[in-house]
Amino acid sequence: METILHYINLVLHVEPLRLLLYLAGLIMFVAANAAYLVLLERKVAGHIQLRIGPKENGPFGLLQPLADGIKLMTKQLLTPSGIDPILFRIAPVMVMVPAIMSFVVIPFSDSIVARNMDIGLLVVLAFATINFLGLLLGAWGSRNKYAIMSAARVVSQNIAYEIPMLVTIVAIIMVSGSLNMHTIVSQQLGGFWQWNLLNIKASLLMPAAFLIMFICMLAETNRAPFDLVEAESELVAGPFIEYSSMGFGLFFMAEYSNIVIGACLATILFLGGWGCPFGILPGVHWFLIKIYLLIFMVVWIRWTFPRTTFYGLLNLSWKVLIPVSFVNLILTSAMLKVF
Amino acid sequence: MTDYFKEIFYGLKSLLIGMGITIRYCFSPVVTVQYPHETLKMPARFKGHIELIPDEQTGTSKCIACGMCQRTCPSGCISVDGEKPEGAKTKMMTSFMLDYTKCSLCGLCVESCTFSAIRHSMRYNLAGTSKQAYIIDLKKRLEESKK
Repeated sequence: METILHYINLVLHVEPLRLLLYLAGLIMFVAANAAYLVLLERKVAGHIQLRIGPKENGPFGLLQPLADGIKLMTKQLLTPSGIDPILFRIAPVMVMVPAIMSFVVIPFSDSIVARNMDIGLLVVLAFATINFLGLLLGAWGSRNKYAIMSAARVVSQNIAYEIPMLVTIVAIIMVSGSLNMHTIVSQQLGGFWQWNLLNIKASLLMPAAFLIMFICMLAETNRAPFDLVEAESELVAGPFIEYSSMGFGLFFMAEYSNIVIGACLATILFLGGWGCPFGILPGVHWFLIKIYLLIFMVVWIRWTFPRTTFYGLLNLSWKVLIPVSFVNLILTSAMLKVF
Repeated sequence: MTDYFKEIFYGLKSLLIGMGITIRYCFSPVVTVQYPHETLKMPARFKGHIELIPDEQTGTSKCIACGMCQRTCPSGCISVDGEKPEGAKTKMMTSFMLDYTKCSLCGLCVESCTFSAIRHSMRYNLAGTSKQAYIIDLKKRLEESKK
């Protein structure tokens, strides 16, 4: 065992090899998450509605994602006539690649991080913005009025929710004084009383800030109750309406990867990253426990609340989230000056 | 201004109540019956197609082919035939055919039977590839159920 660890350590010190290993690992992590979060979603949805969910394929339906994947890959990749051939093909990639890229700077634990960048947080936020551009291009390229309508919704929704999210994150950056996610987590280690979530010394509104961040994450990833973009009962499947086979599969995977990124970001900024709530045994397992709890919350919320109206969605952002996040920002700066 | 905060507060509270309800459902036992693997028992008053009641002693039908059910049936889906063997006191039923394609499950035949010879069966998962599959020979069915 020790010799194996020794060799792994040696390999990890050769930079190109290390990067390749991380790349493979991250792609595997993203793919496994996308596959099994769909299963989790269907299982939770089933149990909330007093059903069982998938159970026929493998024990507890554990092979269901595999069956879904095979089914998607055997479907024909249709390209409707009159589309923009370049945009139509580039869009799924433009949605998927940023989702994988964001994982490069996310610190899973003290030592597990592909690239520990000083502007890590900025990188994640920048890539998160490319995602909806991809959706817009895909919808525009597929020459379909439903797709264009939902793409218009994507843009206005993402702009409305980007603002409170960024303002909240600015408050966190002011508290930690760094854009490096490793540093931000390091400041929260030691126990749950050190977390930014309960950092009342920095700002009285920190718990509310976490709530804002969480709501914005739901809206940014186009999840229910903010899934006006997909709105399957009125817009069929939103921007992906003309996509089939793995083209659709990529959009789907990107959606779930974005949820994971959102959960990672919330964990790093507010819940102390890989630190243990009680100050024992910090490590990657705590990080995973926290992100999967948050993801469970996301799924749970989806199967609890009906879809909001577009009016209600924008009202919530402009009338509640943005004012509260600005008050939080001002309060944080004032309290930082005073104490 | 107070209305604004009230709305946020009560909105959040109602959201939390909703989430409380769903999480309770999430961990309560499921109600799904895995149909091909398990089936529900039909309630006692379930009305399937009719069948003959076997006599407790002999195991054969109690029907004496009086023809009451055939005459009562508004859809005309029952046809009973019988004959009187030499030296016997009553008639014996020789065939009892039910055309289930016409039956409306009104139950008048069961009510009209003075000898309590027919009842509704508990069959509900019927499937067939032709019309012929629903012209049911009830006498044969009784004999087969005996085996």
